[in-house]
Amino acid sequence: MTSEMRCENCGEREAEIQLTHIEGGEMATSHLCSECASEKGLSAAIPPEAAPLADFLAEIGEQGAEPALSGADEGCSYCGTRPQDFRKTGRLGCSHCYPHYAPQLRGLLRRVHGATQHVGKIYLGQTLEEGDVTVRVATLRRRLERAVEIEDFEAAASLRDQIHDLTVVE
Amino acid sequence: MTLQTGSPVEERGLQWLDDEGPDYEIVLSTRVRLARNLQGQPFSVRCGAEAREQILEMSREALEASDVLDQASFWPMTELDPIDRAVLLERHLVSRELIGPPEGDPPQGAALVLAEDRTLGLMLNEEDHVRLQALVGGLQLERAWGEVDALDDEFGARLPYAFHHEFGFLTSCPTNVGSGLRASVLVHLPGLVLTKEINRVLDGISQVGLTFRGLYGEGSEVIGNFFQISNQTTLGKTEEDLVEHLDKIVRRVIEYEKQARAVLLREAPSVLEDKVWRAYGILRHARAISFDEMMNLLSGVRLGLTLKLLHTPRVETLNRIMIRAQTAHLARSARRRLDDSDADVFRASLVREALEADAQGRAGNDDLPIDSGDKRDDGVDGGLS
Repeated sequence: MTSEMRCENCGEREAEIQLTHIEGGEMATSHLCSECASEKGLSAAIPPEAAPLADFLAEIGEQGAEPALSGADEGCSYCGTRPQDFRKTGRLGCSHCYPHYAPQLRGLLRRVHGATQHVGKIYLGQTLEEGDVTVRVATLRRRLERAVEIEDFEAAASLRDQIHDLTVVE
Repeated sequence: MTLQTGSPVEERGLQWLDDEGPDYEIVLSTRVRLARNLQGQPFSVRCGAEAREQILEMSREALEASDVLDQASFWPMTELDPIDRAVLLERHLVSRELIGPPEGDPPQGAALVLAEDRTLGLMLNEEDHVRLQALVGGLQLERAWGEVDALDDEFGARLPYAFHHEFGFLTSCPTNVGSGLRASVLVHLPGLVLTKEINRVLDGISQVGLTFRGLYGEGSEVIGNFFQISNQTTLGKTEEDLVEHLDKIVRRVIEYEKQARAVLLREAPSVLEDKVWRAYGILRHARAISFDEMMNLLSGVRLGLTLKLLHTPRVETLNRIMIRAQTAHLARSARRRLDDSDADVFRASLVREALEADAQGRAGNDDLPIDSGDKRDDGVDGGLS
């Protein structure tokens, strides 16, 4: 099994990467550790988010010790998540953590996502009650357009029927 | 919708295998998932047993009323045996987090809901309360997004999502916040690996806001030259933009891969042909084979097929082998846990029979019996043109 294999280059670290290559018209396979692989120009998959997250963790860690924001040391008023908890797990405790840590989070989000403002789907809340036909029809229309666009005619026909049913009832 | 609890796992969630989507020779599958949390409940790290059960019950009720999911199965992870849980993991239908540690109990309230007619469903009580996901064959990002979007609209209309005017859909980890969308495409890139262009391409990918992983997602190594390419960021772009951007870049990667294959064919045709046929020969005749070795050989055969150096087996047969020759799938067929050397023998037997069936023009290895490996290989390379 590759998991127990030593790196063929340094012979010390565990081989994590299998590299197939052509040398002198022959294909060969070598097993390398990530360090030797990167020397050979093949980098291991280091999640790019690891770096900014670490920065952020350091940042809120410092602020936990010397709070720049009121409440930051006491943790989230709803679930009690403190900066050190987040530092340990990398996860927030509840939806209230977002407004609570908003100033620090904006810095992290800018580094991770290059943005802080959501621009995608807007959540309308639990608006689509059975009676709320207008919103439902609008949603179905949007989906119908997309189905036609990708030529999924089976889905389009079913959506057209659903819209028809709703508008006839109305 | 009819939500059925406790139905057998059997062949569920493999519909995408029958779906020879666009560019299926290079793109194995496309997945889109959305991360959602319910307002008023703590996120998973702070979520006690009672809250988890409540989330499960609320979701279940909301899904009973679903029009998008017509017929679906409902599997609390605690009700599945460890082999079935591992089978679902090998089919990429659940995450490691959902099934818990291999030797331990699954997390409280963790469950999978899966449609019967397609690979569309939800993980409940994972890192986020709800993870909606769609899996389709080939490169079909718009379709996968459309399916999961429809389910999300419906589910969100019945249950209160945690949503913030500035940060969007709130997630347990800030790397998923905003759209909560992760779209990923599983691509086979042997040409770029063999021509050593892969690193340049992967570097390029990470410079345009995308990332790559191995076959089994985060932290997994690259096996059989399969790479999962997905969006890195989830905030500050619309879902459509995220999906279109990934689609555009993957199409470019496919072009590079095709160019690399053309170079290989031009520069080293006899080496390539020999290696491809050797790979096929080993798979046809080996008596014991590890998963990694099998994947590398399948990669060679797949490459040979697309370059027309081989004419059988069908790509679909290779896809099925990749799923069925994984250890938990083998253990399930054998009805017992297998140690590595047993699994290698079972695997080799399954591969031989699947390739033999394909060469004979039979439908594939859906009902493939598994024996201990002393079947004769009649007609060596017979049926191959």
